[in-house]
Amino acid sequence: MSAIKVEKLAYSYVGLEQGQSVKVFEDLDLEIEQGTFVAILGSNGSGKSTLAKHFNAILLPGGGKCHVYGMDTADEELLIPIRRSVGMVFQNPDNQIVANVVEEDVAFAPENLGVASPMIRHRVDNALKQVGMYHYRTHAPHLLSGGQKQRIAIAGVIAMEPRCIVLDEPTAMLDPKGRREVMETVARLNKEKGITVVLITHHMDEAAKADRVVVIHKGVVRADGRPKEVFSDIDYMHELGLAAPETVELCHELNKLGYALPLDLLESEDCAQALYNALGGN
Amino acid sequence: MAPILEVRNLTHVYSAGTPFEHRAVDDMSFSVQRGEFIGIIGHTGSGKSTLMQHLNGLLKPTSGQVLLDGVDIHSDKKFTRQARFRVGLVFQYPEYQLFEETVYKDIAFGPKNMGLKAEEIDRRVREAAKLVGLTDAQLEVSPFDLSGGQKRRVAIAGVIAMEPEVLILDEPTAGLDPASRAGILENIETYRKTKNATIMMVSHSMNDVARLTERLLVLSGSKLAMDGTPAQVFTRADELLDMGLDIPDVTRVFLRLKQLGLPLEPVYTIEQAVAAVKKLKEGK
Ligand SMILES: Nc1ncnc2c1ncn2[C@@H]1O[C@H](COP(=O)(O)OP(=O)(O)OP(=O)(O)O)[C@@H](O)[C@H]1O
Ligand SMILES: Nc1ncnc2c1ncn2[C@@H]1O[C@H](COP(=O)(O)OP(=O)(O)OP(=O)(O)O)[C@@H](O)[C@H]1O
Ligand SMILES: [Mg+2]
Ligand SMILES: [Mg+2]
Repeated sequence: MSAIKVEKLAYSYVGLEQGQSVKVFEDLDLEIEQGTFVAILGSNGSGKSTLAKHFNAILLPGGGKCHVYGMDTADEELLIPIRRSVGMVFQNPDNQIVANVVEEDVAFAPENLGVASPMIRHRVDNALKQVGMYHYRTHAPHLLSGGQKQRIAIAGVIAMEPRCIVLDEPTAMLDPKGRREVMETVARLNKEKGITVVLITHHMDEAAKADRVVVIHKGVVRADGRPKEVFSDIDYMHELGLAAPETVELCHELNKLGYALPLDLLESEDCAQALYNALGGN
Repeated sequence: MAPILEVRNLTHVYSAGTPFEHRAVDDMSFSVQRGEFIGIIGHTGSGKSTLMQHLNGLLKPTSGQVLLDGVDIHSDKKFTRQARFRVGLVFQYPEYQLFEETVYKDIAFGPKNMGLKAEEIDRRVREAAKLVGLTDAQLEVSPFDLSGGQKRRVAIAGVIAMEPEVLILDEPTAGLDPASRAGILENIETYRKTKNATIMMVSHSMNDVARLTERLLVLSGSKLAMDGTPAQVFTRADELLDMGLDIPDVTRVFLRLKQLGLPLEPVYTIEQAVAAVKKLKEGK
């Protein structure tokens, strides 16, 4: 079953002044299977956030269709079930803060989507623990540090328990440990609960953890496949303003010295082993 | 040489006397020489942004001092105002900095406040825009109609246009795609060299700070935990991991190679890694 199905999507932002408009998509097709973990990559302004906002009906197609779990996002009657199915973490967590107390903020979405109160308490506590912010539950969200706000936003979507989670650069402000924890949480939700995960990121090592990587460039899908396949075409990634994980970049540079290292080593252990063999260590 | 910035026993307590009282900066001392490129790393909530906002006088110390060119930043109002121009701060979230109707006006805001002439403002706006990779067409749109990464460029350009002696960047590359990240960081390095400016960059990217900076300040639990070269800091891998930080990816690969028995020195950047492999090959 497809979680998200975008067909012939067209979208333009219309400026305040008449006649000014920015065309983002002309004819985009993309299907995301229920239960998969998909990373979306692309340079600044390529259309990632615009696309993501179609997935829970914040934006409506200017042309073509967007279906989530078979529901047409253009059908106003379906707005609540659509928002209940697809939870979203926005690029800037500040825009997402709605309450003056952390736990109320995290409870906001499930409350609005009609989750029963006793359940909410449990979900909120659980979500805050998962992102390591339980201790801050009575704090004021706007007085938190950048990374702490980001964790609260992630807790908010975890507490909703949607079938599909869309995260727009959720780790941009997190320290290395926080990034690892968020990636583990996301992977767990995907593996254990079968939640579909759509992760927009500029961190190539995070995309490497996905089942599938989709690269968007100027509103067009330019690469789509397993992380190993997509990243090993490193020259193409560079051409699109992107990169490969550091281990692949390292092998690529070393190959210029005449080595023939494979370009699909995404883990440092695999990279070290291959290098060890190439350097005549064994 | 006299330091451009000196931080003496700096302490900052937020919301004093409330249940949320928090000592975000606890007795930090260090000094910064003109022309240095310093990286600041530390876990979420360790006090990085709080510390940075003291360096241009935006926050007032609870106790301790910040000296700019030997003078206390808060010694008199006029000096504090000048300090805002001499020490430019790019905020962690660019949205805090954007408020004008066009990108051009936004970038021009700082230089205009400094009382510069129109042609000089124009030159600076265009130069700064170029440095961060904004096109002429983008100068005419509203900053609110830009993508996340594009907004960040505007925020960086707005501070660079003031041509500060000290440029403080709080997570400048968060949200930038890999190519623009590399490009903008390179241009910032050029800015440092041509203007003999001082750069202080807060970052969660161990790869970036290893590649660019000559000195790292490591914050942990509101304290200054380490102050040294990237090589000195990254050899303390276990402590860094305990603090929620990390080592560069290539460093990890090379540590493993050494464990496997290859005679390799530690490296922190891909460039160093390539040089080390070359040397090993030639040595054989
Ligand atoms: N509210 C808006 N009004 C007008 N144009 C917009 C608006 N939001 C985005 N755009 C434009 O649409 C294009 C796509 O923007 P989008 O935010 O989807 O990019 P993105 O891929 O998410 O980029 P980033 O990596 O920087 O977050 C950009 O050219 C941007 O300038
Ligand atoms: N106005 C405030 N009142 C109370 N506590 C605050 C206030 N502002 C910040 N804090 C707290 O001070 C601590 C340090 O915050 P700061 O923003 O300096 O951290 P940081 O190192 O920049 O973190 P990050 O990497 O997440 O951006 C955090 O624990 C934060 O919750
Ligand atoms: Mg975006
Ligand atoms: Mg901060």
